[in-house]
Amino acid sequence: MALDDRKSDFTFVGTRPNRPDGLDKVTGRAKFGADISAPGMLHGAVLRSPHAHARIVKIDTSKAEAHKDVKAVVTRADFAEVPFKPGLEGEFWNVLENVMAGEKALYDGHAVAAIAASSALAARDALKLIEVEYDVLSHVTDVDKAMAPDAPVIREGAADYSVPEGMHPNVVRYHESGHGDVEAGFSEADLVTEDSFVTEATHQGYIEPHACLGMLGNDGKGELWCTTQGHWIAQKTCAALLGIETSQLRVTASEIGGGFGGKTTVFIEPVALALSRKANRPVKIVMTRSEVFRATGPTSSASMDIKIGMKKDGTITAAQGVFRLQGGAFPGAPGDMTAMCAFAPYNLTNVKQIGYDVMSNRPKQAAYRAPGAPMGAFAVESVIDELCNKLGLDPVDVRLKNAAHEGTKASYGPTYERIGLVETLEAAKAHPHYTAPLKPGQGRGISCGFWFNHGGETSVSLALSEDGSAQLMVGTPDIGGSRASMALMAAEVLGIPYENIRVTVADTASLGYNDVSHGSRVTYASGLATIKAAKHAVERLCERAATKWGIPTDAVKWEDGCAVPSGPNAGDFDPMPLADITADMGSTGGPISGHFEATPEGAGVSFGTHIVDAEVDPETGKTCVTRYTVIQDAGKAIHPTYVEGQYQGGAAQGIGWALNEEYVYGEDGRLQNSIFLDYRIPVASDLPMIDTVIVEVPNPGHPFGVRGVGETGIVPPLAAIANAVSNAAGVRMKQLPMSPPRILAALKGNG
Amino acid sequence: MSKLHVSTTVNGDAVEYLCDPRETLLDCLRDKLNLTGAKEGCGTGDCGACSVTVDGRLVCSCLMLGVEAEGKQIATVEGIAEGDVLHPLQQKMIEYAALQCGICTPGILVAAKSLLEKNPNPTEEETRYWLAGNLCRCTGYDKIIRAVMDTAAELREAS
Repeated sequence: MALDDRKSDFTFVGTRPNRPDGLDKVTGRAKFGADISAPGMLHGAVLRSPHAHARIVKIDTSKAEAHKDVKAVVTRADFAEVPFKPGLEGEFWNVLENVMAGEKALYDGHAVAAIAASSALAARDALKLIEVEYDVLSHVTDVDKAMAPDAPVIREGAADYSVPEGMHPNVVRYHESGHGDVEAGFSEADLVTEDSFVTEATHQGYIEPHACLGMLGNDGKGELWCTTQGHWIAQKTCAALLGIETSQLRVTASEIGGGFGGKTTVFIEPVALALSRKANRPVKIVMTRSEVFRATGPTSSASMDIKIGMKKDGTITAAQGVFRLQGGAFPGAPGDMTAMCAFAPYNLTNVKQIGYDVMSNRPKQAAYRAPGAPMGAFAVESVIDELCNKLGLDPVDVRLKNAAHEGTKASYGPTYERIGLVETLEAAKAHPHYTAPLKPGQGRGISCGFWFNHGGETSVSLALSEDGSAQLMVGTPDIGGSRASMALMAAEVLGIPYENIRVTVADTASLGYNDVSHGSRVTYASGLATIKAAKHAVERLCERAATKWGIPTDAVKWEDGCAVPSGPNAGDFDPMPLADITADMGSTGGPISGHFEATPEGAGVSFGTHIVDAEVDPETGKTCVTRYTVIQDAGKAIHPTYVEGQYQGGAAQGIGWALNEEYVYGEDGRLQNSIFLDYRIPVASDLPMIDTVIVEVPNPGHPFGVRGVGETGIVPPLAAIANAVSNAAGVRMKQLPMSPPRILAALKGNG
Repeated sequence: MSKLHVSTTVNGDAVEYLCDPRETLLDCLRDKLNLTGAKEGCGTGDCGACSVTVDGRLVCSCLMLGVEAEGKQIATVEGIAEGDVLHPLQQKMIEYAALQCGICTPGILVAAKSLLEKNPNPTEEETRYWLAGNLCRCTGYDKIIRAVMDTAAELREAS
């Protein structure tokens, strides 16, 4: 999109109206995944493997099937044959294998059979009637151990072409990129620091467990209601796994109670449909929290080696990173993303990064807010902090000195367009937080972070009503207030009040394919499509006004919600408001709508800088975050309050990841902490207020300058907090989470 | 197992249901009375999404059996607004954008209302500790705490 097409003065955009779905959500009437039922509905439950790795010798469902309350039982045999291909090309096969185990159970919690019964209690009771004979195999859950020569093989032949010869079969993808000559760069440095870092797997931790209601007949036609970040991918995947035509399955997205990347695939949805097809009745499945933890996407755990060389003036001469990510029993760990993001904030002459995607006996990892980026940033920004400490340099100055800017060749290849990293660093330096005095026992940390942002397939329709109101249909589930930002953008183009626009998240039968609400893409891509659809409607409005006035269409333009003559030569007519044109549209050419669909490519990368103060109690090892400031480039904040909310939410999740959250596996390969009591996410009393600064460096790829804001906010916190804690404790923390026992051990190790 | 008959009061209305002795109050509210405002986020009393009050006391309805509601006064999120007039807490939650996905919002509202009934002038720390049993994964709590404290201030001024 051309720069001259971009708008910079706004009437509605940048204001902070109440969200359109606010009333529904404060009164309890909003319908989330589990809040629906259907006549004749059955309840489903899933039997899960208690073993981390086991061959399934036999499944006997006869006793369950004979039970009076049980209406259907399914195992892998009830799903379609999906071809197996190595790597991510065979993603349907991977999803099927995850949804219902085939020959082997691959992790604790892996689904092996499912039941539909007349009540939820009956379904859970009847699970005990299914007899499964397992041949238990040796297992591995640690990424470094999974790469070792003696590690048990999760699946032969899963590695794709990218993996160098001689690696363990659990290494399934390999990524290498960079430019320059790192060895030459290290030799130019005054100081080279090399260190290793570890992060544990965390869960997205959405408060709403997965839930769905499915109905499928033996005619191959079905309906699915589910909580999802993307109902078109659910449609496509379920259809493939059940062997039906995609278009015959209509999927409706419920309100979604958090996703953060974890609801971008399917788990129980194909199971409910398979049960429904067998029972010929609707089937509802709702996961328990324990099922969510054991069997849905946590993030990857990571093991990383970083080497950075710096001159005395703070110039980075070379940077190198090796990132090993374990993504559970399937390909897909974002070793490539981690590698590509790790050094992306910096303008480097010599950089090299290597990423490994490694399988282990854990649940299939799913995206979690800038997937892969936070771990790499933790490792890299820790080493930069260490170099700053050793060379006596200011950490913001060093980052400013090396910061990427427009024209920089990014560490992962492309050349940056206009970006806002320098602006976030300058804002950090100017922020009162950065120079506020610290109390004894406190430390301050900063970190930068990067995320690509994403465009994705997008289809939007807008229809005008006779009274001059507008209904907007988008295909991206509203996770954090996007209905409000869509309505603001439509209002801006149409020139009618925000309140006159009703935004609906349409079902799969109402629009063409829409990519998932992920990649920070909704306000960017659905927003761009909304603007274009509204402009399309405005063209129709101008045509009708031109006909009424009897002048050429190109002699009419649109201003402040009215058709007006484009100039003195066009004629002397009073402005014609939108509602005057729609009032009789039935007799002037029919309904007036606007539509747009595309795969926009100009998402515009995003950067942020965080400042954190942390206080460490040397007796207990407990860390308290005492002050937190998020500074991030939004391009253009459509609804600034919800942009702040994204910044604050990302920071809070980062605090949990940095200080407390982790998947704990026992020697037996079973998850030890599968409830919120033991997997403790930050609660209100754990956190301070989280200050935000919205930097606006417009994205050239969006008509209003928008950059996605959802994900970048979780990239800096792990490193910023680790730097603050390390500075407070006087010892470098190299493993997350920095839980009290780990901090105590580090303090003890430091004498 | 045979079902038990329960008579109770929910948001001022007399209601009856039949339940299995193992079903929770949350199950009964959602599945038998179709009051789906209270959510099950964990089923173990850790997330607070199912918060209701029982005879004025804040409880996790997933930790109480349906049969225990016999003769009690239950209040849920559906009863917070009076007719078409929102409670100030509901209004402030919207104004402050104190919800993103909204799944924790019913529980937060029930818990916050309970706080303000007991303590009309809570400090930030008191508010944070009272709401520590209500998990929110989206907001970082900042806007929730501000909305609750601003509501408290407004209610104090009005009284």
